Amino acid sequence: MSSNLIRRAEAGTTESAWVRYTLIGITLVFLFLFLVLPLAAVFAEALRKGFDAYWEALKEPDAWSAIRLTLITALIAVPLNLVFGIAAAWCIAKYEFRGKSVLTTLVDLPFSVSPVVAGLVYVLMFGAQGWFGPWLQEHDIKIIFAVPGIVLATVFVTFPFIARELIPLMQAQGNDEEQAAIVLGATGWQTFWYVTLPNIKWGLIYGVILCNARAMGEFGAVSVVSGHIRGQTNTMPLHVEILYNEYQSVAAFAVASLLALLALVTLVIKSVAEWRHEREMKAIGDLSPENTKAAPVGATVKAA
Amino acid sequence: MLSRSAAAAPAKRRAPARVLPGFNITLGYTLMYLCLIVLIPLSALVFKTFTLTWDQFWAAVTGPRVMASYRLTFGASLIAALVNVVFGLLVAWVLVRYQFFGKKVVDALVDLPFALPTAVAGIALTALLAGNGWVGQYLEPLGIQLAFNPNGIVIALIFIGLPFVVRTVQPVLEDAEKELEEAATCLGASRWQTFSKVIFPSIAPALLTGFAMAFARGMGEYGSVIFIAGNMPMVSEITPLIIIGKLEQYDYAGATAVATVMLVISFILLLIINGLQAWQRRHTGASA
Repeated sequence: MSSNLIRRAEAGTTESAWVRYTLIGITLVFLFLFLVLPLAAVFAEALRKGFDAYWEALKEPDAWSAIRLTLITALIAVPLNLVFGIAAAWCIAKYEFRGKSVLTTLVDLPFSVSPVVAGLVYVLMFGAQGWFGPWLQEHDIKIIFAVPGIVLATVFVTFPFIARELIPLMQAQGNDEEQAAIVLGATGWQTFWYVTLPNIKWGLIYGVILCNARAMGEFGAVSVVSGHIRGQTNTMPLHVEILYNEYQSVAAFAVASLLALLALVTLVIKSVAEWRHEREMKAIGDLSPENTKAAPVGATVKAA
Repeated sequence: MLSRSAAAAPAKRRAPARVLPGFNITLGYTLMYLCLIVLIPLSALVFKTFTLTWDQFWAAVTGPRVMASYRLTFGASLIAALVNVVFGLLVAWVLVRYQFFGKKVVDALVDLPFALPTAVAGIALTALLAGNGWVGQYLEPLGIQLAFNPNGIVIALIFIGLPFVVRTVQPVLEDAEKELEEAATCLGASRWQTFSKVIFPSIAPALLTGFAMAFARGMGEYGSVIFIAGNMPMVSEITPLIIIGKLEQYDYAGATAVATVMLVISFILLLIINGLQAWQRRHTGASA
């Protein structure tokens, strides 16, 4: 009787085989159609006329300058948001203060603002008709339709990525280790560098890599502020658009394939970071007081 | 920090002493950066809107082309988010509950729409679905057109929104207690009853949060949509494109007015999402 109940209970937490296989099948077909096929299409279209045409399209000077501008933009935007992300995560995760939930909501705000609106607000600030427009013109500083505007719009769009990644992680880890370090005489910097940073390492890497992917791929916001000057203010996604609209399909997909590669690299690094983080969490779990007694010494050393 | 709170000790009720240093500087920097990058620029939009008279504003945001774009953007985002609820739940379920070959790769691939630039997604989907594309060439003889009309917009938004539902539901499913399901079965529930009466209520808040996030993302999406939409006025022109169009005609006031409407909508959606997340936390907290 009781063994019968247990068997029923076990059967009750999963489905019959044919339901399982049907659900897995539908999922795989859906993901194949919506994720794999578009990705494959990018590379297939890029290589449709062979490697030489692909290579020619990438060697073009305009493509080069777009690649360069994209790299520069990411190189400025990502570190800015990295510093902000760490500062925001530190004060939100480690302290209690009034207005904290409002601050957290405001940090999330750029996620829900349409990229086009994000670009527009900078035009309203720095454009010829904008708040600072006349002053900027007097001093011959160009922000809109120039590189600074592109960087600003990118910073806005990628603003929350690193903070969002770090806040829950640091909240889950609590303050105990940092407090112990301070009590033992470490300075604030030492505490952050030797205690906090190793704990948030993988989350930080994931946040940075996602922020970078978004910074390099941003289209809507950058398109509003860039002015589309070929060879000067064209980022890679904008260059893809121009080529595509000129019916230079192979060239458009060639540049797009670089961005798709970037996305794939991002996913690989992300997965590795996740697996490493899980493994470290498990190792820490094994070290908790209830388990240390039972675990053989070797296991503890390996985990450490 | 320590010395300051010690000095303030005689004051009425002192806040608990903060052992960790760096509160003032990190909060200060966070607020300054937030103001410079986000709040001041967004307030520029609001101030610019206030330079319009009410009639100008109303005319700009309720023109027939603009109204058609609201309907399209709202409708397409809604359909795409609903499709994502169904398939997102399915994907999350399969990834959490079943074992199959290549599961880790599939799990990693779900984030592709987060990592792939929207413009790339846009031209890739267009290349697939256009009349001469891999998929389009088989559908066109059947009279099904998925590119250069509102169908294409829905498909692009499904692609963009997919990870939101999967990634909000997945952790909740992972944490769900199997004991509850075992109990339900022991008490005589069928598998479907267990799912609909035990599992589904526990993941419903997460599902709704994912839906709202996918919907919010769809409302603002631009890059992936414009390539596949065809962008015909009144038929397949999304609201962000209206803003771009007005900007290109140097109609800054009109662009600002429409952008303000979009900003208000995204504010409301953000508040709804925050509320849903709080509900979800209470929900999981209560059941644990």
